[in-house]
This record gives sequence, structure tokens and C-alpha cells, in this order.
Amino acid sequence: MDTLIAIKDTVTVQEALDFIQAPECGGEVIFTGTVRNHTKGRGVAKLFYECYEAMALSEMHKIAARVQEQWDIHKLVILHAIGDKYPGDIAVVIAVASAHRGIAFDACEFTIDTLKETVPIWKKEFFTDGEIGN
Amino acid sequence: MGLLLFGVAKDIAGAAMISFPATATDVAALKEWLYENYPPLRQLSSLMIAVNREYAADSQLIHAGDEVAVIPPVSGG
Repeated sequence: MDTLIAIKDTVTVQEALDFIQAPECGGEVIFTGTVRNHTKGRGVAKLFYECYEAMALSEMHKIAARVQEQWDIHKLVILHAIGDKYPGDIAVVIAVASAHRGIAFDACEFTIDTLKETVPIWKKEFFTDGEIGN
Repeated sequence: MGLLLFGVAKDIAGAAMISFPATATDVAALKEWLYENYPPLRQLSSLMIAVNREYAADSQLIHAGDEVAVIPPVSGG
């Protein structure tokens, strides 16, 4: 399985799409997590993402290893953005390519769910009413 | 010993790095020291410690030179 794993200021769907192209793959699943303009009824002006980068990358590679153990996936992309992100901006991109679509959906869901549980990335919420939350 | 802090733990401590006493020789003792010195940390739904970039159990020993970090609940994605 080939992997593209990165944490950077800006991430794009295109870089994930470009990476997962493979002649042996007929199923490509892409998940994007974008910044929402509200949380629990409150308006969100922006999010600020920070990470413990060395450990976050290590945990992302562990997720990839678990994906490789469980499914016959050819390509896996895990990209996460850090810094100030505004509603509509992409915060995370997961992309998976396999011969058929079923396992690509499963691996994609596993990857984003596990990322949210184990990867040391934090977001601070800046609400439109001026308050700041964690 | 130096301790890295992130997210809300950094806000509570008021610094991205603090020193902790060498008497905290394992993760459980370090957590106890943190809770005593920064009581708001008790309000968090979880508080993990990473030693050398790996999540560490309470029983894990901390050695001089280890990279030790406080990991409040993560919220990426």
C-alpha cells in the first residue's frame, strides 16, 4: 500500500486525487472534513488547529499500518491542515483506492474515525459572539 | 524535566513548556503533580501523557531525557 501522510497549512482534494490514481483501482473514496459555520447552535467565525506534529505523524502512520493489516487497499492518503481555518475551508482529507469500492468505504471511515480518537491535533473554536472555546 | 503542553492544557498552564520535578518518576505521579498544580486539568474529559511520542500507561517510568507531553482530548478532523 502506498501512503501520502502530511500535516501542513493547506490541504487540497486534488493532491489526494492525484496520489490515489492507479490502474488496478476501480474504487476511490474521498472524505473531506470542512469547517462548519456553527457548533451546537452557535456561530463559528474560525477554527485554529494545532498539533504535536512528530507524534501526530507517527499516529497517522499507525492508522495506515492498521488499514493495511485489515484491508486490501492500494493507496491511502491522510492530510490534515493546521493554523487558522474558516467556514468552508478543508481541514482534513482522507482518500482511499482499492480494486472495488466496498473496502475503500470501510477503510476510509475507519481512518477518519480513528484519526479523531488518537491523533494529537486540537482545534480552538472562535465563535461569532467573540467567545473562544476548546 | 521539561513537559510539552498542547491545546487546552497549554492554556491552563499558561505555557507551551513547563518544568516538573524529578520526583515524578512515572506517569501516574506526573499526572498527580499536574492535578495538584493545575487543578482545572481535572475538568477535562481525559488527560493522556505521551512519553517519547507514544501514549503512555500510568505505570510507565519517566527517565531523564525522555520527551514528555500532556495530551488533552484530541479534536482533529
